[in-house]
Amino acid sequence: MYPDYMHDSLKKVDETRQKRLELERSGKNVFPPMTAEEREDVLNKFHPDYKPESRRQVHIGPNKGELLTTEVADILESHSRIESKLFDLTTPDYETDILIVGAGGAGCAAAIIARQNGAQSIISTKLRMGDANSMMSQGGMQAAVTEKDSPTIHYLDALGGGHFDNKPDLVRALTEDGPEVVKWLEDLGVVWDKNPDGSMYVLHGGGTSRKRMHSCRDYTGAIIMRTLMDEVRNHPDDIKVLEFMPTVELIMDDKGRCAGGILYNMETEEYFTVKAKAVIIATGGYGRLHIRGFDTTNHYGATGDGLVIAYRAGAKLMYMDSVQYHPTGSVFPEQIAGFLITEKIRGAGGQPINKFGELFVWPREPRDVESASFIRECLERKNGIQTPSGRWGVWLDSPLIEIIQGDGYMNKNFPAMYRQFIRYNIDITKEPMLVYPSLHYQNGGVEINDHCETNVKGLYVAGEASGGVHGRNRLMGNSVLDYNVFGRRAGKFAAGYAKSAPIGKLSLEHITAYENELKKAKIKTDRVAPVLLPLYTSDEVKKRQLTAHYEGTLR
Amino acid sequence: MAKITAKTKVKAAKPKTKPGKTAKTQTASAKSEPPKAMVTVYIMGKAHKVPADATIMGAIEYAGYQIKRGAGCREGFCGACATVYRLPGDYKIYTGMACMTLVQDGMWLSQLPAIPSQKPVYDLDKLEPNVAVFQKLYPEVFRCVACNTCTKACPQDLEVMDYIQAAKQGNIEKVMDLSFDCLSCGLCAIRCPAEIVHFNVGILARRLYGKYLRKNSDHLDKMLKNVKSKKYDAAYKEMMKMKKDELKKKYYARDSE
Repeated sequence: MYPDYMHDSLKKVDETRQKRLELERSGKNVFPPMTAEEREDVLNKFHPDYKPESRRQVHIGPNKGELLTTEVADILESHSRIESKLFDLTTPDYETDILIVGAGGAGCAAAIIARQNGAQSIISTKLRMGDANSMMSQGGMQAAVTEKDSPTIHYLDALGGGHFDNKPDLVRALTEDGPEVVKWLEDLGVVWDKNPDGSMYVLHGGGTSRKRMHSCRDYTGAIIMRTLMDEVRNHPDDIKVLEFMPTVELIMDDKGRCAGGILYNMETEEYFTVKAKAVIIATGGYGRLHIRGFDTTNHYGATGDGLVIAYRAGAKLMYMDSVQYHPTGSVFPEQIAGFLITEKIRGAGGQPINKFGELFVWPREPRDVESASFIRECLERKNGIQTPSGRWGVWLDSPLIEIIQGDGYMNKNFPAMYRQFIRYNIDITKEPMLVYPSLHYQNGGVEINDHCETNVKGLYVAGEASGGVHGRNRLMGNSVLDYNVFGRRAGKFAAGYAKSAPIGKLSLEHITAYENELKKAKIKTDRVAPVLLPLYTSDEVKKRQLTAHYEGTLR
Repeated sequence: MAKITAKTKVKAAKPKTKPGKTAKTQTASAKSEPPKAMVTVYIMGKAHKVPADATIMGAIEYAGYQIKRGAGCREGFCGACATVYRLPGDYKIYTGMACMTLVQDGMWLSQLPAIPSQKPVYDLDKLEPNVAVFQKLYPEVFRCVACNTCTKACPQDLEVMDYIQAAKQGNIEKVMDLSFDCLSCGLCAIRCPAEIVHFNVGILARRLYGKYLRKNSDHLDKMLKNVKSKKYDAAYKEMMKMKKDELKKKYYARDSE
């Protein structure tokens, strides 16, 4: 239920709806899309990335001297959780072909394909299998499959969305593998939304020139993820899943090849060593670092752990100065602040509206442009609506969708979204949602090629943890495709490599060297990474947490 | 599919003041509320004062617990935060997701860190989509006494018992449809007197439907053939060679469906 003072504005949204509906039905753009110059202008002035304090120089490691997102530079300039000399690497606790770090979409896809290519794997994961951003994607997955579309049109859309900074070979892999991924998932039992004749039901997303968004109601990620997890669980002899056991450092060999990892049991606080012929990092992104203090759409464990361990092992990062803010994060009620409101809402005809009931931006600009326009509308033009707790937002007119698409459409296609709001007495088929950009995606990551290889031999990266495929801005639906395409590729190529990969003497020398580098750069800090979990304890409680010395498992 | 009824509706707290503050940036800490109304909840039996408008998850963290098991996506998709609670003066046991359920004064709550559940190993390629699958892999389904406790326990308001009945009849499409929005939180399974693991039955049915009972998409098959025959190879190569300016021109001139 919206507070009374918002009712005047809500009334205006109601009043203008008929006119906006006619505009939508006319087939013309409901608002003029921006030119290249207009895009640049709004990004420069309003996107959080373009503020000077949002980036700082990193002083050590492979990207030394580069400007990175401040919070990322912080976790890179931090101490290891372990002291390398305490580990005996001559008798590893586990041995396997491939160590997969992370059990989200990319990790599970990699394990399934690696197995088909003859490789056994261990999946090490911080929370449970499937506790990942992959589980939460609502809107869908892009893939060019219709007669009006082609993988090369998808290629151009992705490049334009990424401001032409994307690595071409990666975008080709992404878009050309797309149709096969749709089929692969279908054969694994994913129930795609379809038209009555069996053809794929597809919608637009921001920045797409063809309808190619495939969905499973608004539980797309949940359906795909549970299918992949179920398949992983069908092969217990070949895929071992270690939950609540994140990999907190990589193990190298004396020839500089990646050869395993140190795992940390978060419950017993023991450490375990895994010797592997290859390692795939599939740890996802960093939303829980709350970059620039933003709320996030991300899951509890999204703390960028893979970046840290790969960086210490010498892997080069790419585009780690670029953060994606999803235009439509929820801002009211307070309990669901930051939650994702799928872009599929705009794909189905939902429009962003200011407090006067007016359109102010084309609903389907690429995400960074759309987000920057929302921020401009609220903070500069003051045409947003402020919540009782002081957050700004603009309306996202969802009732329009029910009119455009017909009665019952919301209930059938957006059950998750409907549930989210009806708990708070907001019926989104009758009232709009209040939205503002929310920290959503790590555009950059560890640089890979189209085999998911990094500059470190034996180290593969897939999914959100990797960098290059999306340039500096990802389009909607390309991340679900990304973790499938590159998860599969990582599984395949790592399995191929593992067949003949030699392993020398295991070593944690790189950890010691990194600590020395910190010292040499005169970085004095008590930061420890990987971060593992964010802390949401209240300040009152923190004031009383006064243990001076930790002992055993008490912390 | 069933109409979502949201039996867990709550009343939104009325704002105490009109907003007047101008936020420079919008951040997680940009809050300017007056002192909050508090309630007492009993987290695993221990009393804590927490904000009256907190979710159960928010309350647990506010009270000082670092959650390890019991939090995942935090937005109602992953099913990690199954919680049971009782309310004062009420004999009933209630269920909910900690991330989606608001606290109430006097609430006595406990999270379920993990739910033991059977999940037989199978080869999907060798299964047939009929009732025999359930007889073989989940025979306990046929012990269902239609008590409806599973449906009452479901935090998503799904018709859980109805899909178990549909499984007994071999109606895979119905199981798929009714279980589609399932979070695998396990609250149905832990309450079931017949010891059924409903959510895994749902996953099996959905996979069977997706693989065997779906209608095929001709245009998808056609596109796969095109990709396999390297139809787009030349166009890719041409674009991959283009300079940024050329690509930009091509991009802004492209037509839209």
